[in-house]
Amino acid sequence: MLDVAVSYNRYKFLGYEYLTWLWFVIEKDQDEIKKLEQEPVFLQIGNRIVLVNRQKDTVESITIKGDDAGLEEGLLALRKGAVVTELNLSYKTGDQEWRFTIKAECLHMVGLKCPQTGSVESQEDLEGAVLEKVYLYDKAIQLTDNLFKQFMTLRVSEDWDKKVVPLIRQWIYS
Amino acid sequence: MGLLSSTVSITRYRVEGKLEKPVPEIMAKCLEKNAIPDIDDDVSEKTVGWTSFDRPFSPDFEGSSFLIGTYFIFSLRIDKKTVPPILIKKHCAVETARRLAATGRKYLSRDEKRMIKEHVISVLTLRIPATPNVYDLIWNYEESFLWFFSTLKSANEELETLFFKSFQLPLIRLFPYTTADLVMGLSDTQRDILVKLSATDFTE
Repeated sequence: MLDVAVSYNRYKFLGYEYLTWLWFVIEKDQDEIKKLEQEPVFLQIGNRIVLVNRQKDTVESITIKGDDAGLEEGLLALRKGAVVTELNLSYKTGDQEWRFTIKAECLHMVGLKCPQTGSVESQEDLEGAVLEKVYLYDKAIQLTDNLFKQFMTLRVSEDWDKKVVPLIRQWIYS
Repeated sequence: MGLLSSTVSITRYRVEGKLEKPVPEIMAKCLEKNAIPDIDDDVSEKTVGWTSFDRPFSPDFEGSSFLIGTYFIFSLRIDKKTVPPILIKKHCAVETARRLAATGRKYLSRDEKRMIKEHVISVLTLRIPATPNVYDLIWNYEESFLWFFSTLKSANEELETLFFKSFQLPLIRLFPYTTADLVMGLSDTQRDILVKLSATDFTE
């Protein structure tokens, strides 16, 4: 395996492309998400997207915030060559909702808010509460792992350049 | 940040290798050996060690208390003493004035000033209690992954160092390349392609 520090920097772009692809899939190809999960899921862009445009010596950062914010400025930034560095997501299944932000470079899951769980009132409640939380964290992690796996499978296939990138370009310039 | 908090941030790791058997006993020994020491009556400015998830201020790893379900759950604790700079300045001024009065001199040499400052910091560090920061972690031993409930760079670096020191097992941080290479189950051909990838230009 490559040196960790080298591979972190050398392949940062995979994280940016993953979040760009994910945004595209959420907007244009929900079937891609549905086929990953057995139960019906609803994945939406949450209340924050951060894009960064590094051109020559300048770094431009674009943050779009707000529950019903228009994302046109984000698409405009993509047209200018920006990359998605952070994406906030809302993941719903049944009457449960998870909210979290994925950071592209490191795949950190930040600000993860899970469905409400019961309060811990005694030491005996602790074990159950921990296992319930672990289960809920795992649901969100499994979803992002499945999405990343789907992205990586496409990314190392010929379909990426031949089919996926043209569709993403079409979406960006639509 | 605690794993039971309403909002959490997670850094994911893969654990390379396994402990010797019997695992719970070996684990308890490693945790006890590297448990957080108390530095409240010590001149140390910082200390790092393991503590219990359910009792972070009195670590106790007896009876496999760190085993919940099939997970190992414990916490990293970093205790730090921070002496406010203004307090150092005040005590240095007082000590400098006292020494000048005692010797009848008008100035102190650079070395004397340095020694006064070191002495003041050392005395104040002894008197100030350490502030604890606790970060929970979940280690799924069977599946060799670990979730650390902080994305702070400094806390993650302390975790990686202490984990290796305690268990002699390296932690590999899961970012895009390592996740693709180690977790996604890509075939050898796909991994060969992965190494050669370069960034896509989405602009026309």
